Amino acid sequence: MVKPLTSAVILKDVKKTFDGKDYVLKGIDLSIPKGSLTAIIGFSGTGKSVVLKHMLGLFKPTSGSIEVLGQDLNELNINQLTLFRQKFGVLFQSAALFDDMTVLENVCFPLTEHRRDLTKVRMAEIAEEKLLEVGLEKKHFGKLPSEISGGMQKRTGLARALALDPDILIYDEPTTGLDPILTEMVDDLIVKTHKHRQGITSIMVSHDLYAAFRIADYVAMLDAGRVLLYGTPDDFYNSNIELVKKFVAKGMKH
Amino acid sequence: MSLVQRTADFIDDVFGGMIGRVKFFISETGQMALFFSSSMRLLFTQPSRFSEVIKHMEFIGVQSLGIISLTSLFTGLALSFQVYLGFKIVNAVNLVGPTVALGITRELGPVLTGLIVAARAGGAMAARLGTMRVNEQIDALDVMGVNTRQYLIAPRILAAILCMPMLTALFDFVAMVGCWFLCVKLVELDQAVFLQRINETVEIRHVIEGLIKSAVFGVVFSLVCTFRGFFTKGGAKGVGEATNRGVVVSMVLIIVLDYFLTNIIRIYYVATGRA
Repeated sequence: MVKPLTSAVILKDVKKTFDGKDYVLKGIDLSIPKGSLTAIIGFSGTGKSVVLKHMLGLFKPTSGSIEVLGQDLNELNINQLTLFRQKFGVLFQSAALFDDMTVLENVCFPLTEHRRDLTKVRMAEIAEEKLLEVGLEKKHFGKLPSEISGGMQKRTGLARALALDPDILIYDEPTTGLDPILTEMVDDLIVKTHKHRQGITSIMVSHDLYAAFRIADYVAMLDAGRVLLYGTPDDFYNSNIELVKKFVAKGMKH
Repeated sequence: MSLVQRTADFIDDVFGGMIGRVKFFISETGQMALFFSSSMRLLFTQPSRFSEVIKHMEFIGVQSLGIISLTSLFTGLALSFQVYLGFKIVNAVNLVGPTVALGITRELGPVLTGLIVAARAGGAMAARLGTMRVNEQIDALDVMGVNTRQYLIAPRILAAILCMPMLTALFDFVAMVGCWFLCVKLVELDQAVFLQRINETVEIRHVIEGLIKSAVFGVVFSLVCTFRGFFTKGGAKGVGEATNRGVVVSMVLIIVLDYFLTNIIRIYYVATGRA
């Protein structure tokens, strides 16, 4: 079991119910080390995205506490929470690009919102740097999201997530719906981005066991609203838990 | 099951359903009021969303000019013709102008403008926000530290409040041009009498009454449609439902509210001795 010295995110006995009866999260205890690349895996409906939304403060836990970079999210009001979220960069499953903005404008957007001290020219320069960093060619910068491929949209989404140099980078199902080649490209991009940015904490929610075991430092497996196992990929390979064994077998087959 | 039991079950079903609907209505109204107040309060916080307000005013106002002009012209023509036919029987054709003017400025102008803009711009608002919700764009704004109500909702509502009186004024003017054309050019009433009668009857307060109504209708359709869009659930089906319900509820509310606003204004006039 991992016992990190410093944690970026700590969830303590987090429970969540939406209807007051059925608990989606039944007591999540999780501590994600600073600077690590952690994957959260599990079957559909096990609460992975709900955990993620709790980390981002989009959901409030029914009970339990969530600490992000030493800050208890329960103690923040809505305005403080809005400001606090600048510490996160999120790559959404669908990339969630604004369809009425060009690729460059999408990446500029967080800067226009939070870095009003910068000139427009400087904002565009930063956005270009981020886009080049994720491997998007300059000729696509003026295009609308609908005019570029799915892989390029992911790159743009990642560049946007990196625009404010976040402390924590979150990937929500980054490879769902992509073909195997694009999946590998996105996985490599995640590793490259993580390595390129010293000290950044990356959290990836994924169905993709192969990718999780291949690229993550730590893996948390959720089952029925609880953490079934949390450890290094080796801990998973050596685990005697039946469900974990099945997962690992599937991951190896990939 | 006995007849008494079945009757009791029937009454239970009917009243239970009614109570449920009333509860839902009260709850929705409360949520919308909170949504409105929390969004509008944010208008006065930084960062300024002035450019967003202008952008939405262009969409709600400028892009509605064509349809409002066309609709109002033919409304003025058709209404004037019907009133003319009716007044001709009682030999009172000189009253067509003022009658149409009062009807247009106080009722038809604000109501029809409200209905048209609710269908065009309100539907588009609900669809746009609904699509943003299901495509995770609103979540993306949230996690980027952008206050989504300040960025997405408040500018739309303010733009609707500002645009509606201007569009209604345009509706009134073009409809009266239609009325003038029918009365003076087609059925050949005397232009001087036509204008004098209108001048004698229509007061500035009648026009203002309609403009105030239209601003209220602006709040209604923009609030209902942004609320529906913002809280869309599901995929494309959810967006369709949000748009449909947003537009239908807005239209019904505009017509119902018009009656109450007319009465409130009348009571105000009576109370201030200007009835």
